[in-house]
Formats: sequence, C-alpha cells, structure tokens
Amino acid sequence: MRARFVLSEMSIGLRRNLSMVLAVVLTAAISLSLLAAALVLSKQIQTMKDYWFDRIQVSVFLTKAVTEPERTAIREELVQLPQVEHVYYESQSQAYARFKQQFKDVPSLVKNTPESALPESYRVKLKDPKKYQIVASAVQRMPGVDQVQGKSKALEQFFRFLGYGQKIALAVALVALAAAVLLIFNTVRLAAFSRRRETGIMRLVGASDLYIQAPFILEGALAGFLGSLLAVGGLLLTKALIIDRGIHGMFGDVVNYVSWGAVASIIPIIILTGVLLASITSAVTLQRYLRV
Amino acid sequence: MIRFQGVTKLYPNSARPALEDASVEIEKGEFVFLVGQSGSGKSTFLRLVLKEEKPTKGQIWVAGKDLSRLSHWKIPALRRQIGTVFQDFRLLPNKTVRENVAFALEVIGKPRHTVAKVVPEVLELVGLGGKEDRMPDELSGGEQQRVAIARAFVNRPMILIADEPTGNLDPSTSVGIMRLLDRINRTGTTVVMATHDSHIVDSMRRRVIELEHGHVTRDQSRGVYGYAR
Ligand SMILES: Nc1ncnc2c1ncn2[C@@H]1O[C@H](COP(=O)(O)OP(=O)(O)OP(=O)(O)O)[C@@H](O)[C@H]1O
Ligand SMILES: [Mg+2]
Repeated sequence: MRARFVLSEMSIGLRRNLSMVLAVVLTAAISLSLLAAALVLSKQIQTMKDYWFDRIQVSVFLTKAVTEPERTAIREELVQLPQVEHVYYESQSQAYARFKQQFKDVPSLVKNTPESALPESYRVKLKDPKKYQIVASAVQRMPGVDQVQGKSKALEQFFRFLGYGQKIALAVALVALAAAVLLIFNTVRLAAFSRRRETGIMRLVGASDLYIQAPFILEGALAGFLGSLLAVGGLLLTKALIIDRGIHGMFGDVVNYVSWGAVASIIPIIILTGVLLASITSAVTLQRYLRV
Repeated sequence: MIRFQGVTKLYPNSARPALEDASVEIEKGEFVFLVGQSGSGKSTFLRLVLKEEKPTKGQIWVAGKDLSRLSHWKIPALRRQIGTVFQDFRLLPNKTVRENVAFALEVIGKPRHTVAKVVPEVLELVGLGGKEDRMPDELSGGEQQRVAIARAFVNRPMILIADEPTGNLDPSTSVGIMRLLDRINRTGTTVVMATHDSHIVDSMRRRVIELEHGHVTRDQSRGVYGYAR
C-alpha cells in the first residue's frame, strides 16, 4: 500500500516535469562520465607504475667484447653501491626470449633479429628510483660497459602528462557534479512547488515528513541512477573500443592497459555517487522547502 | 481538549501581534464559533492549534499535549487527531471524490482494506453517496465542501477545525453544511469554526468566542454573533 502510493506519486511527478528530469539525467551522466574518466586514468597510471616500478630501473648493457673479469668487476661495483637494491644478470638468450615475448605480434621483426643482436646486461633495481644518475655515472666509464639506460625521460614525461590529464578530468568532473547538484536542487524545488497542493493536504492530514518527501527523493535517486547507468555504458564502451581496440590496436603491448577488473571496480563508485548525490541533494532541498 | 494560556502570536515583520495574551479553554465535544472582524486573529488561532505556527508567548495544549514540548516528528500524529476544512475546499482537481477522500488515509499509511471500507461510509455520511466517481469540477460548491468535510472526518479525528467553511457558499447551501457539522459534533467530535456568518451563529446558539485585534473580548455559551446590531 505504502510502496504503491509512493511509486504512483513518483510517476506522476516524473511525468509532470519530464524535461527537467531528463536534464538532470543528462547532467548527471556527463559529470559522472568525467568522474569515470578521471578514475580510469588514475587506474591506468597505477597499472603502468606497477609495471615499470616492479621492473628494472637501470639497465647496464655490456659490449659484445666484454671479458669475464670486466663482467665481474662491473657486477661488484654495482652491488657495493648503497643505492642499489638488487642486481640481475640477463644473458643474451634471456634477452632474446624476452624480446620474442614482447614482440610476438610482430613475427617479421623477431625473424629478422638474431639472438646475437641483443646485448647481455645487468638489470639493476634501485632503492630509490630517483638515484638513477649516481648509479649510472659509477659504471658508465668502466670497460665492458656499452651504455647505461635509466627510466627514460620520455616515460617520466608521459607519466606526468597522464597525471595532469587525471587531475584535469577530476577537476572538470567536480565542476560538472556541482552543476548537477544545482540542477537537482532547482528541479526538486520546482517539483515541490508544482505539487504544493498535494503536499499541503498531506501535511494537513498528518502525513509524516518521510512520506511527503519520499516520492521526491526517489525521483531524484532514479534520475541519478539513470544518469550513472549512462555513464557506466560510456565507460564500458571506452574500455572496449577506445582502450582495447583503438590504443591497444595502434600501440600494441608497449605498456599494460587498465584491466576489465579495474574498470569493473569503478562501476559501483559511479552508480553510488550518482544515486547518493541525487538523493542527498533532494533530501537537503526538501528540508528547506517542504517540511511538516 | 484545546487550552490557550496567555498566548501571544507576533508574526515576523509585523508591528502588531495577531493574537495577544489569549486564554481560552475548549472542552471535549464542544461546538465553538470563533468570530471577529477580518484580521482579528481567527485563522491565526486555528493555525496555532495545528502547530502550523508557534506562539511567541504562552502555552497551548491540544488533546492533552503541550504543543511547545511536541517534537517536530510528532506533529503528524497531532494532525491526525484534527480534521481541517477551509473556505476554498482544497480538493485535488485531478482526483475523483473517492480518491480525494482516500488520499487522506493513504498518505498516513492506512492499509488498503481499511480505506476501501471507510471511504464509502464517510461519503454516505456527508450525503455524497452515488457521486463517488465525479471530479471536483463536476460538483457544486456545497458538494465540494462536503467532500472536504468527508476528507477531514474520514480518520475520525477528535477535533474538527473549520476556517470559514461557508464563506464561499450561498445561505441555503450553508445551512446544509452547518447541519453536517452539527451531526459530526454530535458524534463527540469537538468543532471549532471561524466564521463571519451572523445568521449561522445566531441560529445555532452555541458557544461564541469573539476576537478583536487579537484580544479575546467575549466568550459566551449559547451566544450570538454580536450585541450591537
Ligand atoms: N503569515 C503571516 N505573516 C504576517 N502577518 C500575518 C500572517 N498571517 C496573518 N497575519 C496578520 O495577522 C493578523 C491576523 O490575521 P488572521 O489571518 O489570523 O485574521 P482572521 O481573523 O483570520 O481574518 P479573516 O477574517 O480575514 O480571515 C492580520 O493583521 C494579518 O495581517
Ligand atoms: Mg482567516
């Protein structure tokens, strides 16, 4: 009985200001999409950081003509450096295996690269990745060392770029969410005004605050929910089409991309934000404009 | 049933109080007319009973409850014990007679079978049997007021408040409405009615409380509308 009544009042309200409700749904969808974008970017950054930071931070490539004593000297020099956490040795055949794995989608490249083209190397893990320069200069001039590579500048910049992107998306998302809140506030106020006859009678015959306000709050929550569903739809499409097909198709496996699991973990955040934001805004508005 | 003790109501931004130091006691089952010129404070009195307004000074008891101690969330319970009728009927134009009355029960969460049972009873009581499916704009003013009374009474309140219920009706229709209010009063319901209609007051011979500029200037059992006329 109660549920039936509240639902029928809600549907009357929805039909009465359909255009306003649609505006709320779309605004919510846009702002929540931006929020989703910010979250995806932060997941992507995390994924890539895990990928790079777990791996070697400095690679010391050895010359083709390196001798056994040189090899040992370089290793001992690296190991005694206080900034170094761990030193791995990668032989030519190991390097070749990794190379084959990395470029398995490009068989022609693998076929045309002999194992001997890949240098052997020491892969060094640092206690603090920023200390790269100290380690590099310690071994750079030693005999047998071909070149030393750190985490490249380009990669650093790429991370920074992604970081900016994420912050901007987050900032725009917050502004859009604020716009959505204002719009919901106005919509609910108008809805309350357009149904003041009904609510006036309800107050008079002793309906409780909750009973009077529930249809409005549910209306708001439904609009927020629909908006969040649209945003989730956009998120899934982005993952399937832009990330997996577009970027992955173009650049291959140079980095790890944000996984379906990570994307799925964003979905409840988006839906919860949409529903809670809309219903809390509605409830607060009604506290001001519709009380017993 | 209703007790005002030294009640003053000063609306914000207004120089003169709408009600000043008013003390009145109304017993259970009484029928009371509230008379006085326009602006004398009748509607204010009734709004205070409903706790739609809070008194600036003084104390009010309704149905044994001190309204100043009644917390916000208990106001609905108070209003369920008070039926209210206005000059302008206040019906929902897009609902039928039956739905208008049922609305009052639905919004306080009464179960469906109760609504189905009591709504026809009360419509019969107010003389609207057979017109349950009409819309308000298909009814005369008197009939609309009967719907409003049915809605006010359907929950069997202890108190019925009527603010100029005959204000928009012609004299003969008004007599019918007064008969109905009298019948409701005879079921034990306390009726408080604000009115400008001297004929009605004079013919009913019930208790009359007169307000003048917010002061109670007369309280007379079996009274008339005014002395000097
Ligand atoms: N909400 C309000 N805010 C400010 N002043 C008000 C308000 N309601 C009523 N008043 C003032 O309080 C005084 C009493 O008003 P009230 O409505 O109680 O009179 P009344 O006796 O019901 O008059 P009427 O017979 O015209 O209905 C008037 O001076 C009115 O202007
Ligand atoms: Mg009045």
